[in-house]
Amino acid sequence: MGRYAVKRLIQGVITVWFIATATFFAMHAVPGDPLSGDKALTEKIRANLEAKYGLDQPLMTQYAIYLGNIAQGDFGISFTQENREVNDIIREHFPVSATLGILAIVFAGLGGVLWGALTAIYRNRLPDTIIMFLVILGISVPSFVIAALGQLSLVNINEWTGVSILPVGGWGTVWHMIVPSMVLGLGTMAYLTRLMRSSMLEIINSDFVRTAKSKGVPPTQIFTRHQLRNAILPVITVLGPSIATITTGGFVVEIIFAIPGLGRYFVQAVQQLDYTVIMGTTVFYGAFLVFMVILVDLIYGLIDPRVRLE
Amino acid sequence: MSNTNIVADTDESFAKSAGKQLLIFALAAIVLVGSLMWGLQVLASMVGSSTEAAKAVDTEAQSITIAIREEPPQLNSALATDASSGFILGHVMEGLLRMSMDDQLEPAIAHSWEVTETHATFWLRDNAKWSDGEPITAQDFIFSWRTALLPENASEYAFLLYPIKNARAINEGSMSPDELGLSAPDDLTLVVELERPVAFFDKMVTFQTYLPIREDFYNATEGRFGADSWELLYSGPFMITSWVHGSSLLLERNPYYWDNERIHLNRINIGYITSDAGATLNFFKDDKIAYTTLLAENLTNALEQRWHIQREQDGTVFFIEFNHREGRVTENLNLRKAMQLVMDMEELVYKVTKLPGYIPGESLFPGWLQGVNDKFRKEYPAPQLRLNREKALEHLELAKQELGVDEIPEIVLLSGDNPISNIQSEWVQAVLKTELGIDLKIDKQIFKQRLAKMTAGDFDLVLAGWGPDYDDPLTFGDLFASWNLNNRGRYASDEMDVLIARAQESVDPRERMEAFAAIQQLAFDDVVLLPMYERGVTFVVHDQLKDVKRRVIGPEIDFTNAYVVDEDS
Amino acid sequence: MAELKLDANAFAPIHQEQEIQSISRPSLSYWQDAWIRLKANRRALISLYLIIGLLIFTFLGPVVWQVDPAQQDVDQISQPPFADRTVTLVTEYEPWYGEGAVAGEGLRFVEDPTTQYIRLVWDELPGAAGGYRVYRNLFPIGPERAYGLPLIETEPGKRFFEDRLDLQPTTYYYSIVALDAAGYETESVETISGDVTRVITPSEARGRGLLAEGENAAVGTQFRLATHPLGTDYLGRDMLARLMHGARVSLFIGFFAPLLFVLIGVIYGSIAGFVGGVGDQVLMRFADFVVALPFLLFMILFKVVFAIGPGESGIMPMLLAMVILLWPATARLVRGQILQIREEGYISASRLLGAKTNYLVLRHMIPNTMGVILVTITFAVPSAIFTEAFLSFIGMGVAPPTPSWGSMCNEGIKTMLTTPHELIFPALFISVTVLAFNLLGDGLRDALDARMRGRE
Repeated sequence: MGRYAVKRLIQGVITVWFIATATFFAMHAVPGDPLSGDKALTEKIRANLEAKYGLDQPLMTQYAIYLGNIAQGDFGISFTQENREVNDIIREHFPVSATLGILAIVFAGLGGVLWGALTAIYRNRLPDTIIMFLVILGISVPSFVIAALGQLSLVNINEWTGVSILPVGGWGTVWHMIVPSMVLGLGTMAYLTRLMRSSMLEIINSDFVRTAKSKGVPPTQIFTRHQLRNAILPVITVLGPSIATITTGGFVVEIIFAIPGLGRYFVQAVQQLDYTVIMGTTVFYGAFLVFMVILVDLIYGLIDPRVRLE
Repeated sequence: MSNTNIVADTDESFAKSAGKQLLIFALAAIVLVGSLMWGLQVLASMVGSSTEAAKAVDTEAQSITIAIREEPPQLNSALATDASSGFILGHVMEGLLRMSMDDQLEPAIAHSWEVTETHATFWLRDNAKWSDGEPITAQDFIFSWRTALLPENASEYAFLLYPIKNARAINEGSMSPDELGLSAPDDLTLVVELERPVAFFDKMVTFQTYLPIREDFYNATEGRFGADSWELLYSGPFMITSWVHGSSLLLERNPYYWDNERIHLNRINIGYITSDAGATLNFFKDDKIAYTTLLAENLTNALEQRWHIQREQDGTVFFIEFNHREGRVTENLNLRKAMQLVMDMEELVYKVTKLPGYIPGESLFPGWLQGVNDKFRKEYPAPQLRLNREKALEHLELAKQELGVDEIPEIVLLSGDNPISNIQSEWVQAVLKTELGIDLKIDKQIFKQRLAKMTAGDFDLVLAGWGPDYDDPLTFGDLFASWNLNNRGRYASDEMDVLIARAQESVDPRERMEAFAAIQQLAFDDVVLLPMYERGVTFVVHDQLKDVKRRVIGPEIDFTNAYVVDEDS
Repeated sequence: MAELKLDANAFAPIHQEQEIQSISRPSLSYWQDAWIRLKANRRALISLYLIIGLLIFTFLGPVVWQVDPAQQDVDQISQPPFADRTVTLVTEYEPWYGEGAVAGEGLRFVEDPTTQYIRLVWDELPGAAGGYRVYRNLFPIGPERAYGLPLIETEPGKRFFEDRLDLQPTTYYYSIVALDAAGYETESVETISGDVTRVITPSEARGRGLLAEGENAAVGTQFRLATHPLGTDYLGRDMLARLMHGARVSLFIGFFAPLLFVLIGVIYGSIAGFVGGVGDQVLMRFADFVVALPFLLFMILFKVVFAIGPGESGIMPMLLAMVILLWPATARLVRGQILQIREEGYISASRLLGAKTNYLVLRHMIPNTMGVILVTITFAVPSAIFTEAFLSFIGMGVAPPTPSWGSMCNEGIKTMLTTPHELIFPALFISVTVLAFNLLGDGLRDALDARMRGRE
């Protein structure tokens, strides 16, 4: 186990190096440059700016400096926010994105399990039909449409009731988090519901459940001990990869709900060709995801005896 | 099977108990999520980023909440270039002079001033103070202007200081900063030596690059001046008391501001930073912000809401710029003429952009510019264009002969990637295709790449806009000078250069305006550009918020004179 | 003791009277069996028909509905389906500078309001020292004094106004408000309302093909404008035509991106799986790296790197970026399958019988992974379509005027309150397509899963 963890960590570090390299060279292959502004620059000023950001060095030197800085956890200074460090930007905005992401996953996970179990129990009856219809909507409607509709309905509800039940956007309190994270988690929730439903159905008809029933085990116990527990396993397995989709998929929600998350910054930085912010964010996200996946794998190994870590 | 009923029966009871069980789980889950959210909030509040849940307006506290599109990158006035920095700086800083509510120059930190052909002198008031209580002196202006000119600071707007003697040479690194033509005979007198006569120098000092910066404070920030609220010293009516990056800014009354009687608002809470117009509209609808702009697609909804809609010019002129470089088909005058004769900018404005603030473009000079006694465009009306497809086709034929081609090759229209440029470039494409049979390729690029391509001359047509830097027609007039780097199409004509030089050097208003009128005519005759429209804004202000001022130059919205009234009045 | 008599006949083989064992039904190949299973799955079948329908819509649609998706019909901008299309012929536009006396008093129309222009004149209002402001509203003016859209400020002497801004055939309420010397609105207001008729000029009518070149018609002649079964968009382009052409883009990306990256994944994965050992290790490590790249971030990055050239639609860069980023998942899957199959008994048997590697790969490996691959492709289609839509939403999608469902949605979302059809149709197409592929994918998975064979 220990050796396995070390091996995975080393692999993780190499992967992060790969991500950093890919980002660096992709970024420098982009036509256009971050220094151009609305007003044309004279040669002299441009040269000064290039020197300031080290863009006057040969590419490989820049790469070496860049790797060196990353190793020390320094992503440099932003091009557009001239006096801010990328580290500051990440430190301030990542927690927001992470909060949103965690909540979305929790919503998706709990919701998926609940709805999935419910539909399986009430198979082919009204609750099943209604929930499965919603699930189909969740799977097939693009997230930005859902987000925009979500915000719109909030406005209408607030207008109709005359009180602001939930804020329409912004960030800061518990109330701000509810709708955006639900919207963000909806797609995953729909997916998990389907998964839970089918795994539940399989288990309802399985031998050990039948045995338990005939043995006279109380229904509540059958449900929780035998069915729910076993049916949840596949759901947990896909939760890990979902983290990646959700945390990086927050852009849309962040833009629409005016949430100061890192995703929104990234989109802005790309528009502005802010090299340092783009590279910093990508490498940071990449590293985050890599180590999250490793962590999740290790946790599985600990809690599920059927998973053997080589 | 005979026991189906029994099975169904037990299934039924089983489902019931399972359902109950699920309900319990659901409740537990809600509690769990609730406490998780609370925990996360506590955690998140430790690292910052929170939006104050404030109302749009508060009469009691005289406080308002607004949203801005983008966060200011930083607030060092010597380096600031963008609109949101301009907006914030306009509220927290004050320079020598400012613009009044009716757009006249009025004294600010300087109580009087004088501009001659060689010098400009400003006498500062003795009660003007920084937000730490120290007096504002002439030295603070000298330091700030010199900082902006230092080559190593690479300030994009340094060129605005070029009327000052030796400024250009210093900015280009060929002269020592000490040679700058500024002096302070005493703490409260600032004497500016001018490089050449500039009739409107007093108007220029309202621009943000001319704001003061105090040297000792600047040095104490160790290069982070303007990066955060505590790394700024304020000379204006408000000061930033909290700046949560990406999320919010809080402006509160500056107790040391000399003209505090003018100010009614205690707080301006910039609670939201979002570029999504729909979201901003929703905030306004939800009574969360006191001001929002409207897009064409929201107008019907705004009417339904019975809002008091307003409109104003925003000062910017948008145009199609041609590439006049050698070897480009657009270098051909007849081709440009043909295009000029078929583009119905009224159709563009009335049927495509559809916003009431927009005015169809007729001239390089927008209608709000001041002439000698009246508006410039009243005194010197723009040449009238009569659309004429037949004539356009004749010009097109001529162009084909001159270019020696049977068909005009595909031409490239460089455009931005925002929705408005999309609509417009698609419209241009359709018009040229149906009217002249010219195929147009749209080259849609993100901001920086578009700029890079413009600079490199990698286009035939480009959708461009130009906003004023100072309140004089010259801010538009010198755009097509052969030496102007912002002349991205590299239009070069001696006639134009001579006219621009005359407008620059003369101090006689009549002569200058004549020169601008001639530039206006030349731009039309030579089809240097096709003016598309003068941009306007359509916006709504909260009914209780009064005296909000939209400006053409400087901060686009000015809340410094605003106040909140009771709901009933 | 009876003597056992044996003759040669006794040793003749018994003639087999009947078959002991027989295959009662015709032998079914893997694919035949899968097809039967799929046919039994009603949802999957309906999805399949839907997809076929979509393909017909995409490829045959433009043949039937020959409308240029880039053609802008400025007379009919953002029109919902089944909007009234009658239009009356009027004379060509002539500029107007307030000349000509108009009978009547107060605020009045010079002529009946039309979509060409609406001309207003008014008499002096008390207190109009600073001139007038003209407003237009879609609703009657209520006590809140919201006059609507401010159109212009005029000087005190100028008491006429011509409105040409986005005129629609509806009812307008015009108000003029007197401004005091400082430019503030006073209480003196006048309001008028009028119904606007949709009109067209002869030159426009010729341009739209309603009048032949050189043909003339009397003023007042009624025409019917071009039909737009699904309405028009913000530039007056035909929604149906745009949806058809948008389908090409969306489905092109939806089909080809998965097809390409699955193909690459299959080749890469089967090489890795077949080579095994160190080679396999190296190849799979590389795949792991690529998997680790955050997908959306790199999608955006690559979109910027492969800048869209002038006139290009931007489809290829998007396709390329998707292929670069998504192949490893399939590669892993295929490798896993190959490794598994390699250990199967029938492979060893086949080897013993002297089968060559080529034969093994072509006859056993690929056919046996086909099912998995097919299912992967089916599920990759909706996510590719979503990715396209997402990129279009953040403004990194296809370049105009190329329509795609995603970019149409993005445009439609802005006007969803006033003209919902511009959002509903493309969103519906995305949803239906995504749903159909998902359900088909489910069906295929059930049908192709070898473990399911033999189970009813």
